[in-house]
Amino acid sequence: MTLAACSGAGGSGSSSDGDKTTITALMVGNPQMEDIAKLTADSFTKETGITVKFTILPENELRDKVTQDVATQGGQYDVATIGAYEAPIWAKNGWLHELSSYADKDSTYDSADLLEPMVKSLSGEDGKLYAAPFYGESSFLMWNKELFAAKGLTMPERPTWQQVADFAAKLNDKQAGVAGICLRGLPGWGEVFAPLTTVVNTWGGTWFEKDWTPKVNAPEFSQATKFYVDLVRRYGEAGASQAGFTECLNTFGQGKAAMWYDATSAAGTLEDASASKVAGKVGYSFAPVNKTKSSGWLWAWAWAMPKTTKQADAAWKFISWATGKEYEKLVGEKMGWSRLPAGKRTSTYELPEYKQSATAFADITLKAIEEADPTNPGLQPRPALGVQFVGIPEFADLGTKVSQEVASAIAGKTTVDKALADGQKLAESVAEKYRK
Amino acid sequence: MRRLPWTILAWACGLVFFFPVLWMVLTGFKREADAASNPPTWVFAPTLDGYRQVFDRDLTPYLLNSLMASLFSTLLVLVLATPAAYALSLRPVAKWQDALFFFISTKMLPAVAALLPIYLVVKELGMLDNVWTMVILYSAMNLPLAIWMMRSFLLEVPTSVLEAAEMDGAGLLVSIRRVLLPIVSPGLAATALICFIFSWNEFFFAVNLTATRAGTAPIFLVGFISSEGLFLARLCAAATLVSLPVVLAGWLAQKQLVRGLSMGAVK
Amino acid sequence: MSSATLEKVPARPASRRVGRAPSRRDRWSRRAPLLPALIFAIIVTQVPFLVTLYLSTLSWNALRPGSREFTGLSNYGTVLSDGRLRAALLNTVVLTASSVIVSVLLGLGLAILLDRKFPGRGIVRTLLITPFLVMPMAAALLWKHAIYNPAYGLINGVLGGDTDWVSQYPMVAVVATLVWQWTPFMMLIILAGLQSQSLETLEAAKVDGATAWQTFLHVTLPYLRPYLELSALLGSIYLVQTFDAVFTITQGGPGTATTNLPYEIYLTTFRKFEYGEAAAAGVVVVIGTIVVATFALRVISGLFRMEVQR
Repeated sequence: MTLAACSGAGGSGSSSDGDKTTITALMVGNPQMEDIAKLTADSFTKETGITVKFTILPENELRDKVTQDVATQGGQYDVATIGAYEAPIWAKNGWLHELSSYADKDSTYDSADLLEPMVKSLSGEDGKLYAAPFYGESSFLMWNKELFAAKGLTMPERPTWQQVADFAAKLNDKQAGVAGICLRGLPGWGEVFAPLTTVVNTWGGTWFEKDWTPKVNAPEFSQATKFYVDLVRRYGEAGASQAGFTECLNTFGQGKAAMWYDATSAAGTLEDASASKVAGKVGYSFAPVNKTKSSGWLWAWAWAMPKTTKQADAAWKFISWATGKEYEKLVGEKMGWSRLPAGKRTSTYELPEYKQSATAFADITLKAIEEADPTNPGLQPRPALGVQFVGIPEFADLGTKVSQEVASAIAGKTTVDKALADGQKLAESVAEKYRK
Repeated sequence: MRRLPWTILAWACGLVFFFPVLWMVLTGFKREADAASNPPTWVFAPTLDGYRQVFDRDLTPYLLNSLMASLFSTLLVLVLATPAAYALSLRPVAKWQDALFFFISTKMLPAVAALLPIYLVVKELGMLDNVWTMVILYSAMNLPLAIWMMRSFLLEVPTSVLEAAEMDGAGLLVSIRRVLLPIVSPGLAATALICFIFSWNEFFFAVNLTATRAGTAPIFLVGFISSEGLFLARLCAAATLVSLPVVLAGWLAQKQLVRGLSMGAVK
Repeated sequence: MSSATLEKVPARPASRRVGRAPSRRDRWSRRAPLLPALIFAIIVTQVPFLVTLYLSTLSWNALRPGSREFTGLSNYGTVLSDGRLRAALLNTVVLTASSVIVSVLLGLGLAILLDRKFPGRGIVRTLLITPFLVMPMAAALLWKHAIYNPAYGLINGVLGGDTDWVSQYPMVAVVATLVWQWTPFMMLIILAGLQSQSLETLEAAKVDGATAWQTFLHVTLPYLRPYLELSALLGSIYLVQTFDAVFTITQGGPGTATTNLPYEIYLTTFRKFEYGEAAAAGVVVVIGTIVVATFALRVISGLFRMEVQR
């Protein structure tokens, strides 16, 4: 490593000397990615002779870095993990290699096995796949079986938000330090607004209508947000306005919350006895609804190939391996079946070992993903793709700025009306760009 | 004189300031569930699991890159700053105030704003993901501090010593080498240590300008922050490991550091 | 050290050669040692700055490729009329001033405590400088998760209750972390000053009948003034640029309560991807800092004036 650095070789992200090819990969620091970093050398590199050098970064830094690299044609990475938000936008900008042609040529890849909502969310306007899903998730409601049983309450399979609020009121126990429900409140378009946008959707609200009219302070959006903010302020966890996935995972995993509405990927950690105190005691229900039939969100972390890569073939080999069936079995055998990067292939849910290790949540996860529709997640047509986000470049900034206000409302420093009024103004300036 | 209360107060302050660091080191030895438990776990069964996960991730290249970037940039800074400080103190140029102000003004553009222009320039030069790029950047980053500090140390040199050297007919270079350097070597050590610390801990430019080859220790550290899992224990383990070289250097050199700064952070 | 103060030559070395103005050769021989550093600094810092100036005249949104076009000074108009930037400026001033003032005061206190000999003095000094050696990113994460967190952080663990420190007192939370990290730096500089104080002067004050407090107020403090000023100057330069702490602990929130200028520029670059606007904001910050620094250095501080005596 040092010698390579000493030699002053820099610039392009990969090299090929003789028959040893090296590709560079940038990925987010989630458990599934850590596993692949560990497994690549002994499996993939041994089989194909392609060395993969990884850089792991947290989500924010990863997004910043990969966007900058791809937008300025830096070419530092051959493959990178991106989300369902970036994929269609970057495909439109012509920054990514189109992967359908590679997938179709590869007989073992079986792209028909990939879950349809996943493919839809990662495709460009030409209907071609631009990022291969690594693992996918939707959202559902997790609840503590013991706490519910103690109060003699039963959670239906498809609860409504009102039922959830009622349960939270009954189960909130300040003295015992148990919150009725744990909900995200951390500022960020993908943080508090992931669950909140799904609540907005199921209340019949939306960020923009089809003709780009912003509806951020419309009655539906407003009522949904007030409901969410009130619920979390009254029966939610302490420090909610700074609580993201990790904090809630912690709180719920320690048994300090009766319910938690968040990503399906949480189940893996919650059922791991070494990391969670509630393993085996968690019940799973579909995302609570109000006016829609389902409201789970749709997210995938996917491997994409920037067009600047000079090793497209080697990069595809890696991508197809990482998102293929063989790799899933490899993770299952070497790291444990609950760590399998699930949520992208139908075949995963037919693996007996996986079904056994994930009995509690595998089926509901699959159904939740299948029910999510990024083209039509609510009660009215949308101008862009996305269940819990709006698939336009400006949303990252818009969502983040409004989320800061909402977090402030959760902290009690402003009102929901004021927060959404400001949000409406910001959304207006975005809408202007699109109405032209 | 009532000494005891002041001694106790000094010790109390020392422990209070040190306590978060101690907590960080201890948390590195906890299980993830204990690291973020409510209420905090004071007594726990230590485990090396966090450290194992840290070492699983091949820490060495990152440490080596950090070492290279910090050492070389510190050397470069000293080589540039010492003569410059000389020219702004002992044998000052006419417009020394302007020069000093210029150097400090180079630190006024926020790193966030400077990143993109630097990124574009470095990209055009084909120097992305290269340790030498970081060496040059860190040198530019620390140069103003080094010049201001070295200048003060040089001002402490008694004029009698300089005059004696001049009388002996010593030329500029000789007088620098044989006369000044021994006197300001504590100051040199202090400046070197501070520049080393700042280079070692620099994160923002490193994360954006390096990829897989020139990644430095701070990048290794943040790789443990996960958005979908518990990470506090191994993050603390990684943070302890990554801070160790600097902390050790600081501890060993802190006597020198105080003396160095006392030799004349200001005249 | 103290001897130098007594032997200070009031005139510049050049005037030692009485009657002769510095020759051309003399002037160049003075400049020569400065040139390498100067040229290096100019190339490495001014080239990016020129690029920043150029970028600030473009309207460039990185997410819309092909939209790069020259727009003159309109970015500056956007930047200067942006309410968020004005709020960020206020936050920057509050954050920097509080952090600098508190850490200088604390540093002064700690330096005084450490100025006397007592058992374990070296150890205490070591303990006190450790916060400065820890990586700022790691320190920020430590404070956010292990200390401030309302559910599993130390403060609530020790004091009880479930106050959400970061949401209720965001600025205080950030400032506290920064003060923790920078007090050692201030302490070291001031301690150096204290230790270089001539004992004779202090003895003389005692002999004259001054109490410890009066000695401190009228002898030590004036002597320490340049040290206090330098630590404040260096601290300010670094603390104005604070980014890690804000990014990690509060993400500029709640709302925009702790968004300072660097963080706002970060948002413009990495959320809005308006590269031209971000560059313009950076230039505005530079100009503002230069104005403030010029005022501070040439009018208030004695740092520039004192040195003329050399």
